[in-house]
Amino acid sequence: MWQALREELHPAGVEVVTVALDSGGAEAAAKWIDRAAPRHPSLIDESHLTAELFGFVNVPSAVWIDETQTLVRPAHAAHVRRSSFEDAEVPEGLGRITEMLREVKKIRRTDPEVYVAAVRDWVQRGADSPYALAPDEVVERSRPRPPGHAEAAACFELGRWLWDAGRRQEAVAWFRQAHRLQPDNWAYKRQAWSLATTAPGEDTDLIQGPTDLYEGNWLDDVRAAGAENYYEPFD
Amino acid sequence: MILDSLEVLADRFLEGTGWDVKERGACRGELCVPLPEGSLDADGVVRVEPVAATLGMPLVHDADAGLWAVGPATLGGRALPTAAAPQVTLPDRDGNPFSTSSLAGRKVVLVAWASW
Repeated sequence: MWQALREELHPAGVEVVTVALDSGGAEAAAKWIDRAAPRHPSLIDESHLTAELFGFVNVPSAVWIDETQTLVRPAHAAHVRRSSFEDAEVPEGLGRITEMLREVKKIRRTDPEVYVAAVRDWVQRGADSPYALAPDEVVERSRPRPPGHAEAAACFELGRWLWDAGRRQEAVAWFRQAHRLQPDNWAYKRQAWSLATTAPGEDTDLIQGPTDLYEGNWLDDVRAAGAENYYEPFD
Repeated sequence: MILDSLEVLADRFLEGTGWDVKERGACRGELCVPLPEGSLDADGVVRVEPVAATLGMPLVHDADAGLWAVGPATLGGRALPTAAAPQVTLPDRDGNPFSTSSLAGRKVVLVAWASW
């Protein structure tokens, strides 16, 4: 998805780095990477370290970093292509899938034309671009991090570690705690839900429906939060 | 960052938190925060408890697993305490490590995605 933009901008001194926030590791992410055949660095972040360091709470999200390794845009929803779901008719009669697709259509995404134009402007004009923020503004416009959100990150990490170690009951308890502490962190939720509902060897479960393990699930939580709040707008 | 001990080498602490613990304090880019005496020993070992307390990092303990998890700093109350980009080293799909520090001198768009 990012390959075309990367090829366009790479001669101007830009690199795209894609990072899969995937606790399932290469087993979960590799087939998507292979399909995209990226020429840019395409990395796998099993512990969601980059989410913690940069403040990502959903995907796709991005940050912009200048030549001096200074952030000029904090984490934001980054869409470079219109989702096929936006224009598709919602099929009736598919139960939960129909209900989910209705919510998906309500999700407010970053306009890809606006976003790509902003990236190009920054590449061309650097610090003179209105999209490149001063350091103080980058910090100010990054997400709030109250103590509870930082604790959620620690709980999620314990859950991820224990899940990977096969101690899944203990892992779920920590994932649940992370969800309670930071309910608008969709990365913590979607990751934990999909780990629980994806059958071994199968594609990642995107329905992430109700289970006995978690208090929430994708459809009910998106409805409760409001689909329009699912992504932070790029402004 | 997951730990099985509350003492950890400074290099590993930097990798896991983005904070470089030095004699004069904990630094992330140009931002340096003074630390209590004894936070870093002569062998480069960080005592996690005073450092975490100073930076506002939660320290969550799982006694059964014998593990601690250090959460991110809450200093300043924002996800980014400074605009200095933290360096990360992560594997690609074949396990080969790649460090973002190798991209100094280029503009970078770092994009998070997931299979889920």
